[in-house]
Amino acid sequence: MPRDFNRIVLGLAVFLALVLTPVWTNLFRSVPPLQDPEIATRNIPGKDKCVLPSVEMKVTHMNLLNQWRDSVVRNDQRDYATADGRHFDMSLSRTCMNCHTDKAKFCDRCHNALAVNPYCWDCHVEPLVQPASMGTEVR
Amino acid sequence: MLEKALYGDRKYWMWIISLTGVMVIGGLFYLHQFRNGLTVTGMSRDVTWGLYIAQFTFLVGVAASAVMVVLPYYLHNYKAFGKITILGEFLAISAVTMCVLFIVVDMGQPFRVINLFLHPSPRSMMLWDTVALMGYLLLNVLISRVTLSAERKGIAPPHWIKPVIILSIPWAISIHTVTAFLYSGLAARPFWMTAVLAPRFLASAFASGPALLILVCLILRKVAKYDVGREPIQKLAVIATYAMCANVFFFLMEVFTAAYSNIPEHMAHFEYLYFGLGNHHALVPWMWTSAALAVLTLILLLNPKFRAKENLLVVACAALFASIWIDKGMGMVVTGFIPSTAGQVHEYFPSVTEIFVALGIWALGILMVTAFYKIALSLRRSAA
Amino acid sequence: MMDRRDFMKYAGLSGLSLASIPLLKKLSAAELPQGSSHATKQLAMVVNLRKCLELDNCTKCIEACNQTHNIPLIDNPDDNIRWIWKERFDRAFEDQEHEHLTESIRWSPLVVMCNHCENPPCVRVCPTQATWKREKDGIVMMDWHRCIGCRYCMAACPYGSRSFNWRDPRQHLAKIQPDYPTRTKGVVEKCTFCDERLSRGQLPSCVEACSEKALTFGDLSDHKSEVRELLSSAYTIRRKPSLGTGPQVYYIV
Repeated sequence: MPRDFNRIVLGLAVFLALVLTPVWTNLFRSVPPLQDPEIATRNIPGKDKCVLPSVEMKVTHMNLLNQWRDSVVRNDQRDYATADGRHFDMSLSRTCMNCHTDKAKFCDRCHNALAVNPYCWDCHVEPLVQPASMGTEVR
Repeated sequence: MLEKALYGDRKYWMWIISLTGVMVIGGLFYLHQFRNGLTVTGMSRDVTWGLYIAQFTFLVGVAASAVMVVLPYYLHNYKAFGKITILGEFLAISAVTMCVLFIVVDMGQPFRVINLFLHPSPRSMMLWDTVALMGYLLLNVLISRVTLSAERKGIAPPHWIKPVIILSIPWAISIHTVTAFLYSGLAARPFWMTAVLAPRFLASAFASGPALLILVCLILRKVAKYDVGREPIQKLAVIATYAMCANVFFFLMEVFTAAYSNIPEHMAHFEYLYFGLGNHHALVPWMWTSAALAVLTLILLLNPKFRAKENLLVVACAALFASIWIDKGMGMVVTGFIPSTAGQVHEYFPSVTEIFVALGIWALGILMVTAFYKIALSLRRSAA
Repeated sequence: MMDRRDFMKYAGLSGLSLASIPLLKKLSAAELPQGSSHATKQLAMVVNLRKCLELDNCTKCIEACNQTHNIPLIDNPDDNIRWIWKERFDRAFEDQEHEHLTESIRWSPLVVMCNHCENPPCVRVCPTQATWKREKDGIVMMDWHRCIGCRYCMAACPYGSRSFNWRDPRQHLAKIQPDYPTRTKGVVEKCTFCDERLSRGQLPSCVEACSEKALTFGDLSDHKSEVRELLSSAYTIRRKPSLGTGPQVYYIV
């Protein structure tokens, strides 16, 4: 047996326990099964199509939201033109959530299952139930 | 090399465990602050910086003061400092680490600290202070590592390290200068907006740092049976004496300018510090204690006969350290906000959470110093 | 053959150099904040105290602002949030105050807010450009996504116009206005001259709410604007102009 065998094993055990914290803490957590988000929307005339195809949105919505954020906050540019020439007001609560009104089904389902915690809703206000139609006017 | 810190007697381990205990308690208090926000501190909309930033400012000084041993040893080839240079460098590394932690615990959104690097603003002194501190940390890690491992092998350190060491000298001056610029460039705060702030920071650093190093050397002699000898300690005492004189001198300059010009915004802060404003005099006893300790320090240090006696020197160094810790920490930072920009007096008292978080960081710093010194001394012993 | 020690060394060095790339990139990209000389517009506010002080205890502008921007109502004055609030004349204009000043002015609470300075010290000190002076109209903006909560801007602002979220503001909001975000704990906030309303072609909510028409808002670079007319017809003062910040809120005494 090598010198300090016991100490080495103990040290390794502590190290592994620390490094694997995310794994073993999740063992005791009930994780909701991964479900597809509910994309069902309120039908708003002229707004039956999302800003990007849903395949793309699934993968890149976070980047798009970051772009929108920077564009609105830092450059005061609020108009988003899609590739096929439609225009949207860049706003999470006034545009995205005006169609996809149910945050729990639309956002949280995946986020919870994937254990991601975007801080959007620390500040932005989720729509209560069915918001009054606001802010989606076409420019 | 690091494994040397893992061999120690019972007393050593008791010390390590108690420091770790304080760190854990501090960590728990920080968790509390992290969950509930900085409302658990004593800070307010008028006094937006408190104990944390005060400790940060003071410790930048301790870090910078390593230059007071590095400069004589490497630039003037003052051999007597051979045994303590590494102690100074390790002290600097620990102090900078504590500085970084004090900044992080003071942040409202610590997870966004990366924004400092993603969106740096060249006009902000805080960016340059970060750059200066990180650079200083790297320099000292590199220098202490290279010189120590050369010592272990019993060879002279490589030649390329010399220019790096020389670079660390102006760099040490720069960290404290830029830290002073954080404050002295603010038109809104007349108490800080003084050109003598950076020189005063340096003077107080070069007094408190060597004083701390003297105390550390004497402790090492007691608990680790490691004697650096009499000469370097006496030399450090002389350095601390001159620097303390400069510090007190600069302070009196400030008082004269404020009092003689009698500009109310400048005077109010000094009145608050030493006499209180209205019913508010939380800092008055502290500041007079600091002043009394400064006088005691000067009496003991200026007289060579007193200074030469080691038990009096211990008193002088402890008094000096405490005096500057009060004056430069809380006195300097908090008073910049009192009275506020609207002439209002809102006092600041650190909360229990703040005190324990600060203690936790201090414990971590002391733990680092202990481990580093353990390594350095073990290497020297096995080499001898 | 590379030993463990060398491996650690090189790994550390490569990590460090990788980490410094974004910093160097950003610094070289010269995203330097622009000075006011580039501003095409400079928005400003004129507060007519003669009209404002006519109604005692009127807080319409403050209430409108608080509602529009989801500003929490925290009782403790030591850590509440203020975008527009009332400060006594002797505190707002410390350097103009003297003991023989007419009583009607001396102790009067007058509305104060962010001065949207021409040369804002808060912008200068912010380490992350989370606050900046907008080039096109001179508004001193705030990005709450980016603020790290260091509170350096609060130390630098001579007017106390910045508030820090010492705690979660939502616990102190009776009603949340869904059209505007709240803030999160740990960030600094302040008045933005209602940039979100301006971009929809509306006036700031305080201006709109004032029944006395004591608040006038407009572009100073337009010499036909209402604010310019007011400034050229009445004597106005600003808060602490000697500091060189160039405050853009003017008061008709």
